[in-house]
This record gives sequence, structure tokens and C-alpha cells, in this order.
Amino acid sequence: MNREKIVFAFFIMLALTLNFGFFLGEIDRPDHHSVYELYAAIVVSLIATVMKLGDRTHVGAVLLATSLVADLQLIIAAIIWGVMTHISDSGMTAYAMASIVSLSAGALLANITSVVLLIVETMTVRH
Amino acid sequence: MQHVLYLLLRRLRAPIITIISVYAISIVGFVLIPGQDDQGNIWHMDFFHAFYFVSFMGSTIGFGEVPYAFTVPQRVWATLSIYGTVISWLYSMGTIFSLFQDRNFRRLTYRTRFINQVKRITEPYYLICGFGSSGSRVAQQLDNHNIPSVVIESKLKVINELETDTLGLKLPSLCANASDPEVLKIAGIDNDLCIGVLALTIEDQTNLAIAINSKLVKPDRLVISGTQSKATTGNLASFGTDMILDPFDIFADHLMLILTQPYKHLIYDIFVNPHHKVWASPYQNTSGSWVICGYGRFGRALEEKFKTHNIPHIFISTDPSSYGAPEGTVRGTGTEAPTLLQAGIENALGVIAGTDNDADNLSIIITARNLNPALITVARQNVRTNKPVFRAADVNLIMEPGRIVANEIYMRVRTPLLTECFNLIRQQDEASSRTLLRVISHAMADQELDAWTLSIDSKQSPAITEAIDEGQKIALSSLDRDPRNREQPLAAVPLMLKRGGEYRLVPPPETALEKGDQILFCGQHQAQIHMGWILRDHNTLRYIQTGQIGPDGLVWRWLKGRHQKKMARKFQ
Repeated sequence: MNREKIVFAFFIMLALTLNFGFFLGEIDRPDHHSVYELYAAIVVSLIATVMKLGDRTHVGAVLLATSLVADLQLIIAAIIWGVMTHISDSGMTAYAMASIVSLSAGALLANITSVVLLIVETMTVRH
Repeated sequence: MQHVLYLLLRRLRAPIITIISVYAISIVGFVLIPGQDDQGNIWHMDFFHAFYFVSFMGSTIGFGEVPYAFTVPQRVWATLSIYGTVISWLYSMGTIFSLFQDRNFRRLTYRTRFINQVKRITEPYYLICGFGSSGSRVAQQLDNHNIPSVVIESKLKVINELETDTLGLKLPSLCANASDPEVLKIAGIDNDLCIGVLALTIEDQTNLAIAINSKLVKPDRLVISGTQSKATTGNLASFGTDMILDPFDIFADHLMLILTQPYKHLIYDIFVNPHHKVWASPYQNTSGSWVICGYGRFGRALEEKFKTHNIPHIFISTDPSSYGAPEGTVRGTGTEAPTLLQAGIENALGVIAGTDNDADNLSIIITARNLNPALITVARQNVRTNKPVFRAADVNLIMEPGRIVANEIYMRVRTPLLTECFNLIRQQDEASSRTLLRVISHAMADQELDAWTLSIDSKQSPAITEAIDEGQKIALSSLDRDPRNREQPLAAVPLMLKRGGEYRLVPPPETALEKGDQILFCGQHQAQIHMGWILRDHNTLRYIQTGQIGPDGLVWRWLKGRHQKKMARKFQ
């Protein structure tokens, strides 16, 4: 049993589940999507990225790339959220909400890829 | 091979995760804890403001409580968060600073820098393993002629000296054990640009490892190795090391040359010391006995040569029996008069101070000279920086192992044919050496003596090969003419001609050149530059051959044709 592997799998899985939770609901309804969930998804995704920093294995490098993609998508979603609620005069619109959720859906794809890669690695490499 | 960046990132994982976690918890706290706005309504901080507040709080720059004054629970949470964030920042900074001071990390940084420096070399270079007295001299000589080299040395002190630029050399250098194949690999031993490997460390085993490694990777590449014992010499020779240098052996050899065939040695000497003023007269009286102080590796090398030439000699050694010194060896250091007298210094021809202690050697020379002022004095100088003292002692011949090795290597590296040439000179008789010496010193006239090899091929001498292809006969003497005035000879002497596998010393001037010939010239550096014109410019070659200065280019040829016709008409 490898402690590092467990912790990493935990975080990558948690990033996926949180993101999925945020994504669930009608796409343009702000009350279906909790800002806390988005926040938690970003934090967990960032931690998962840092855990793969400096990993020189091939799978490690791909995992780093996929989680960087997820970070990027989620952070852009959060920025849009902040801009709409604080800077824009119109407040949160259905259009902005839809783009936030679709960005998180993109991040979700990256998360899924990470998890698939992790499963593949676990299956092929026996320790 | 580890990469610096990967190491840095791996070490920073924990600190970064700590910062992210502490920030995340603090931000959530501020979002959850209810506050009051200026009208006393319950107000919840949103994520944006929480992130903003924690960001400036974390770096301990207080902007005050924004956007509204905090309630007590918020202040409690802010207090806790300040300590949390400050500690996590200190932890991260501490990790980074300790990493930069980490010896392994620094070694890795130097290594990475070295690898990049080696990769950036675009010219052929030499790999010098061991930056001792001979290694540093070779590097300096190569540097003087703009030939790059890469240095591996195991002593950190030496590398630091090189890096702090006390020698005025800017060479990629690495502090590592050169017998490690990994180290040789990053120094570019399998690089095509590495044209020679010089194994000059003080350990025979390391030199062996370097030489074998190089010969395995590239069998044709030049490998030069120093050696300390006959066993190593044999071993190095067994797998084709191109040049094996034992400074004591070389010096003993030269000493014999000085005593038996001084002119040959003089020829050698003007090449090795280009600024050398030709000795007016070699030692005339060279028969007599020698007193040799010190019986170690140097002593043994000398003994062998003295025996083969039947020159009487006597050794002085501190411990004759344990070093296996020959019978009749006088016990003592030789620094005191009684020992020297016992060895018969008063009637001796010369004294050799060959111990491994410079102070002892100087003392021997001075004591011996007091006892017998007519002595020929030979001293071994072990430490390079002692040069001024040995100069001041006015010793006839200074034997400096580092310099001997460096000179041999430098000669081989710059003009490979020169080594062959000396082998031939040694085989000829002393009278022709004397003649040759006179010719060379006439050509060099007080200037620095340079030696260069010239190949008759389309790359180095296109004009000559073209002319040969056209059926012209180019004599060797044509190369030796001044391109500005062909009546004047150039200050250069053809020393040797290599044709096929055969060598010919001092080829006659009428020798017709053939393609593939290699000619070794010596003379003034200026002459080499002039010679380049004859080799590359067919107009210059035509002038040298025929004395005509012809125009070139279609237009000029046409104009000349017209001009000639016009002149012809005029005089009709």
C-alpha cells in the first residue's frame, strides 16, 4: 500500500465528485449550482495538481496536464462568477450561469480523464 | 540524471499544499461567519471579498477590515487565520531557502549548468580530466590558441579557483570523479565535437578508466594519458591509447639527448619553447660522472637511461634499502656537504636534484655548487609557483613534470606531424641535425617559431589541386615564395613530407607535389598566412609559377584581349 497513491487518488476522485455535484442541475439556473461547491472543487483540484508537480513518470506528466486543464477551466468559471456578481451591472444572468456551468463541465471531462488514467495505471502497474 | 526543476517542484509540494489548504480554510471561514454592514444588517462576505481579504492578510499587509468593520466572531477568525497563513508562508520560504543551500541541490545546479555549457560548445573541443599542473597548462595553451576545452577535476579547491577566474580561463568545469562513466557522458565523451580526451589525473586507475571509456565509445578518437608506472603504461598501450606520457621517462630521455646529441635536443627545444633563444653552445664536455639525489620513480627512470648509455652515476637516497636503490648508494638527503662529498661531488660532471621536495632540491643545488662551481645542475621542480625561486637559483636545467607533459600534449594536439618529425630527427646523425638547426634558426630570426601542417587537398589548398588536375607540375619550393614578390623566399622551412604512409625528413625543394601530400612547415607565423594565398588563390599561384599578374573575371579578360588587339594594331 502506497500512502502517496491513496492521498492522490483521494484528491483526484474528490475533485471529480465535487465538480460533478456543481455541474448537476439545470444549466442556466443559479439556484441549482452552489458557489461553495465550485470553491471546494477549485481548492481540491489545485491540491491534486500540486501533488503531481515534479513527477517525471509519463503517466504522472499526463496527470499533471489534465489537472492543470481542470484548474484553468474552474478558475475561469470562478472569475466569470466574480465579475458577474461584483463588477457587471446586470448581476448574474442566465447566460453567464450557463457559461460557468459549461466551463465546469469541461473541467469535469478533464477530471474524468485523470481518474481513467489513474485506474489504468493502477491496473497495469502491479506493486 | 536528475533535473533541478523537478527536484525543486518535488520539494515544494508540501509547502504549496499547506498554503492552499490554509488559504482555503480561512476563506471558507470568512464566507460562513456572518458580519454586519454599515446599517446593522446581517451580511455575508462573498468568496471574492474573502479571497481579497485573506490575500492581503496572509502577506501581513493590513488594509483594515473591508468592506465593513468586522464583528467579534469575524475578528476571532481573522486572528486565527493570520497565524495560520503567516506560518504556512514562513514554512514555504524556509523550505525554498534551505533547498537553495542544500549541498546536493547546489551540486545539481552546477551540474546542470555544466551540461548546458558543454552543449553550447559548437567547435571541436578537448576533454581534460584532471586539472593539475599539466592539465592546467594544456588548458591554458589551448585557450591561447582559441581551442575550447572542458575540465573535470575531483578537487573542489581547484574547481573553485578555476571558477573564480584566477587563471583567466573561462572553461566549463565540473567537480566530479572522472572515472565515473556518467560524468564522462555529460562532459560529452560521446559527442562528435570532442576530438580528444586527455586523462591527466594523478591516479593511474582513473586515467585507465577514462582512456578505456573513450576508446570504447569512439575507437578513432585521440586519447592521451598520463602514467605513473610501467604496468599502467603497458595496460594503456594494450588498448591503443594514442599517447602515453610518463614525465620522468620523457625527461630522462631528454637529458640523455642533451648529453649525447645536443643539437637534436636543441631542435626539440626551440619547438617546445618558441621564445627560446638558441643556445650558443651546447655543453662541450659531457663525459664524467653524475650525482643523483633521490631514488624514486624519477631516479629509476634516470638509472635506466644512464645504464644504457654507460654514463657513470651515483645515487643519494634517504633510505636506499626500502626503495631498492642500487648498490653503492650513499645514505642521506644530499642537502648537506658530507653526503655530497661522499658521493664524489668534487670530481663529478653534474648533479641532479630529483627529490619530491622543492626546498630540498634547491638546497642540494646550492650546496653542490659551492663544493664544485663547474657542475652542470639539473633540478626537479614539483610545484609550479616555485618558478621564480628556481629561476633565481640559476639552475642549468629545470625538470618540471607538469610542463613536460603539457608540452608533449600541446605539440601533438597542434601539429600531429611534429611528433613524427622528432622521431625521424632522432634517427638521423648529429651533423645533419646541426645543419637543420641552422636552417631553422635562420628562418625564425628572433621571431616566435611556429609549426603547421599543410595538406594538398581541395579543402585546404584548392588552387594547388586545380593546377595539379590541369597537369601542371608544382614544386615544393613554389609554396615557399613570397606572394608579393616571388624572388623573395618566405620565412618557412619544409621539415617533413608525408606521402601515403611514408615520411621524408627535409624534402628537397624540387619535389613535385601530389594530391594527398601532407607537409610539415616551420617558421614564422606570418609566413603561414602568406602561404595561405598561394594555396587558395590561383592568380597568386600563377604569379608564383610564371611571374605574370593576369586579370581575372570575364569582363577584365575581354578588356585585356581588346587592349592587346588595339596595341597590336597601333604598332603595325
